[in-house]
Amino acid sequence: MSLLTIKNLSVDFDTAGGMFRAVDGVDINVDQGDILAIVGESGSGKSVSMLAMMGLLPWTATITADEMSFDGIDLRDLGPMARRKVIGRDMSMIFQEPMSSLNPCFTVGFQIKESLKIHLDLDRAERKKRAIELMELVGIPDPERRLKAFPHQLSGGMSQRVMIAMALACKPRLLIADEPTTALDVTIQAQILDLLADLQKETGMALILITHDMGVVAETAQRVQVQYAGQKVEEQEVRGLFSDPHHPYTAALLAALPERATERHLPTIPGVVPGQYDRPQGCLFSPRCKFADDKCRKTPPPVQPPDLGLARCHYPITRQEDVA
Amino acid sequence: MLRFLISRLLTFIPTFIGVCIISFAFIRVLPGDPIVVMAGERGLSDERYQEMVEQFGFDRPLIVQFWDFFTGVLQGDLGTSFVTKRPVFDEFFALFPATLELSFCAIVIAIVLGLPAGVIAAVNRGKFFDRALMSSALVGYSMPIFWWALLLIIIFSGNLGWTPVSGRIDLLYFFPPVTGFMLIDSLLSGQDGAFTSAVRHLILPSIVLATIPLAVIARQTRSAMLEVLGEDYIRTARSKGLAPPRVNGLHALRNAMIPVITVIGLSVGMLLAGAILTETIFSWPGIGKWMVDSIYRRDYPVVQGGLLMVALMVMVVNLIVDLTYGLINPKIRKR
Repeated sequence: MSLLTIKNLSVDFDTAGGMFRAVDGVDINVDQGDILAIVGESGSGKSVSMLAMMGLLPWTATITADEMSFDGIDLRDLGPMARRKVIGRDMSMIFQEPMSSLNPCFTVGFQIKESLKIHLDLDRAERKKRAIELMELVGIPDPERRLKAFPHQLSGGMSQRVMIAMALACKPRLLIADEPTTALDVTIQAQILDLLADLQKETGMALILITHDMGVVAETAQRVQVQYAGQKVEEQEVRGLFSDPHHPYTAALLAALPERATERHLPTIPGVVPGQYDRPQGCLFSPRCKFADDKCRKTPPPVQPPDLGLARCHYPITRQEDVA
Repeated sequence: MLRFLISRLLTFIPTFIGVCIISFAFIRVLPGDPIVVMAGERGLSDERYQEMVEQFGFDRPLIVQFWDFFTGVLQGDLGTSFVTKRPVFDEFFALFPATLELSFCAIVIAIVLGLPAGVIAAVNRGKFFDRALMSSALVGYSMPIFWWALLLIIIFSGNLGWTPVSGRIDLLYFFPPVTGFMLIDSLLSGQDGAFTSAVRHLILPSIVLATIPLAVIARQTRSAMLEVLGEDYIRTARSKGLAPPRVNGLHALRNAMIPVITVIGLSVGMLLAGAILTETIFSWPGIGKWMVDSIYRRDYPVVQGGLLMVALMVMVVNLIVDLTYGLINPKIRKR
């Protein structure tokens, strides 16, 4: 049985201009020990689907799913009390902006020990010991002294390490990393990714990595799921996705990687992700897709079989075709 | 922390000099002559008038008069009241405990009710409770204080007879002031019912005086909380599985406290500066009433001395507020 199963998840926001569908029929499957990357542009509903699962969305959001279960627990009709026993303990999350994700009024130690206090049955001394252990685990030097530090005394990379320590406090079975390296500079990015990969290997937890950086995907993940405008458009093993993308959007994303550029100018995908008012009738990618025809513009595409990467496309690309 | 304190104290000096100048100048700018006022309706002869001018030193240049006042202040001498012939300092400290007691009770009421009200309103933003609370806060804020006081007196003292109309304690009880605070003195006196009587006298004026600060604190807490609740670290706190009371009451409120503390500090200053209307309506023997009376009498030493003392109190409160910022938010401490 898989650790996390989500089928046909949709999230609608009640906005001033009417309902807006941020996530549209997404399936997610994660097994114990998996590393799944969810890739997509800003506004493709990557974070929202994870926040929906954690129950962290504001009340304006309506969440529907055919199935949403974690470790055999049905998350759909879990009461707030029961949900709080799961999140932060078996399932935890780290965020994009480490500097603003830590509370400036409390010491790092307080914030790590807080998780331990509410979820585990440890006494004061044990909590302190565990907090030091965690700080060591995420590679923070001089942990005992750093426990007394306030967030503003830490750099971005250190803050993200603290966030990771906090998330790992109760030995979660699933860690969701929501663009954990976006706000960090390049050398620190690599360190944090290595750390996450190492910790995943050591603990055997599952890891969901939300990112818009294909480089991160290639380095870290085993399986990739590409999202576009709230829909999952393709899912493959990393190797397969990079060598043989089936959805034109995936292909275009890969073509835009600097390492793959053949000309002086990087290829781009013209246009932007459709918003609330310009949602196309047929395939959501059709206005930006260079292969689109009338059928694409009129009818929503079917989901192709697994050997075509579950691509949501009328005309999935196969290797023979010219992508560039 | 010590350096911070010292640098704050140093900024006291220019403020203090400024306050001295303003309080000295203020009463002299007003038309009216203290000697004429003292003489009353009978009036007085020109020779006697001249004599009094010399006696009070009004014939000397203003700058010399100010220097006298200022050097006096530095030696802890605020002068003597023209009317009562008692030192201003003594009069101030005889009356100040009454004001302090009333202000303290009022601010406690305002904080104890205002903070939770603001937090609850922010958490239930846009819902019934939020709207009801914020509209009543607006009503409380804009209601004329004297009318509100009279309304409460009519209902609770007049119709229901629950509380006395005025004063600090029933005439039945007498004991010498020890601390000047009626609540403490009545307890110390050991007389049966004295304390209850003091509380019953204190309750209505405190509520009246608390109304505006309560409304301001509730609204400020709400808006500060709304801002903080959108912060990333609140999402982090919730993602840890913390219960809403802990997220809102600890993680959010602590960050929202900075603007709230500022407002509390300003309110305390305002209350200390003499809750003039409230003290007048309830015949509360505090400094507000004392100052107003002395302005009518053109009692120069009392007005300037009283103003100076009140300003000092406000400065001290503000200093405490500044120090509290550092306690709440460690980031400010470092600057």
